Amino acid sequence: MKSDKNSLPLCCDGIEEKNPRKDITSPLKNCLLMFTALIVWVLLYRQLLPFSNFLTYDIVRLSRESHLGASMEFFFYDTPKVLMLLTLVVYGVGIIRSFFTPEKTRAILAGRRESVGNVLAAMLGIVTPFCSCSAVPLFIGFVTAGVPLGVTFSFLISAPMVNEIALVLLYGLLGWKVAALYLVTGLVVAIVAGWVIGRLGMENHIEQWVRDLRAAGSEIPDIPLSWNDRLSRGWEAVRDIVGKVWIYVLAGIAVGAGIHGYVPEGALAAIMGKGAWWSVPLAVLLGVPMYSNAAGIVPVVHALLEKGAALGTVLAFMMSVIALSLPEMVILRKVLMPRLIGVFIAVVAAGIILVGYLFNIII
Amino acid sequence: MEIKVLGPGCAKCNEAEKIMTAATAEAGITASIEKISDFQQIAMHGVFSTPAVVIDGKIKCVGKVPSKDEALAWLKQ
Repeated sequence: MKSDKNSLPLCCDGIEEKNPRKDITSPLKNCLLMFTALIVWVLLYRQLLPFSNFLTYDIVRLSRESHLGASMEFFFYDTPKVLMLLTLVVYGVGIIRSFFTPEKTRAILAGRRESVGNVLAAMLGIVTPFCSCSAVPLFIGFVTAGVPLGVTFSFLISAPMVNEIALVLLYGLLGWKVAALYLVTGLVVAIVAGWVIGRLGMENHIEQWVRDLRAAGSEIPDIPLSWNDRLSRGWEAVRDIVGKVWIYVLAGIAVGAGIHGYVPEGALAAIMGKGAWWSVPLAVLLGVPMYSNAAGIVPVVHALLEKGAALGTVLAFMMSVIALSLPEMVILRKVLMPRLIGVFIAVVAAGIILVGYLFNIII
Repeated sequence: MEIKVLGPGCAKCNEAEKIMTAATAEAGITASIEKISDFQQIAMHGVFSTPAVVIDGKIKCVGKVPSKDEALAWLKQ
């Protein structure tokens, strides 16, 4: 491909010379712009609490003791906070992701031994760009390239569950400890569940046509990216992800704000507290048919915790909602036979339930 | 010219198809544009991140919606 580089404008890039706009923004100018934006970001971020107070109690003139006042303050504080954090992190992750493509991830994982492969796959799941609609092509690509089945599953579990959106929201609303806990346990569930599925030796439960496919020698051009390209990938990610997700964030925060203002303190302790042993499996079971992305679920989780729900129960609920979804299972049915899908759901659900109990016991 | 847009039918894949249609019209090229959403066929092209654009059997772009400028550049080759 190297010889083509100078003569042919290749995939998705390499047309800088024809695009005068790109030439104007030099790397230096880009850096200055980024730096200024960062300072403005920090200044704004520090004003959020006084701003939400001012808006709720001085402009809208709600009483500080009222339910509505509490709800509104929660909403006016959390919404800009979460959206700002999200923008910053999605930008950063967008740049990091320009270094990782599914093709590279596949090349790293192909021919890996199982245990090491499971760990690598789960970690690569965080940084490799992934959308649930490419889950099936990705599955096929991995399996045909000789990535072991269990390792492929580690990736497929981790990619949607442990992502920057979930982590940012958990950090912003519940603090870094909960975010770190989620990151670590999410990875562990992905690694262990993938490993278990690999041990079960269910390769013959992949649909026949997938097994018959031989890795097509993919001649996908690998284009070297400049730093300018990578920085603009960051902005593209912000436009793309924040543009899509903000409505879920608003809806989630609105529900959370309602719970915050109206549900009495400790009301959920009886049904979602530590004492109720059945609440963890129930939360996981409820989470499977529900489908939401992290952006919608975390604000709700935040409000549930405030009202006496136990952390383990709530995290289990969140993992189940994000990681196990009916629409994804329906798509996976095209490549997996029912028994393998059943095993996949059972193993992941069991892992999540264990995580839930573990937290309810330790914390 | 034979253009194939590979993708199971998510929003991005439809966008990729629209861009290719617009680009061929702008370049004044007569080309057949085919949308392939069958997983088996996508896999046979050796592509596993979608959307992908294939022109005359050559993979031009994977896992990304191309910009119109990029699409025009491929068509003019």
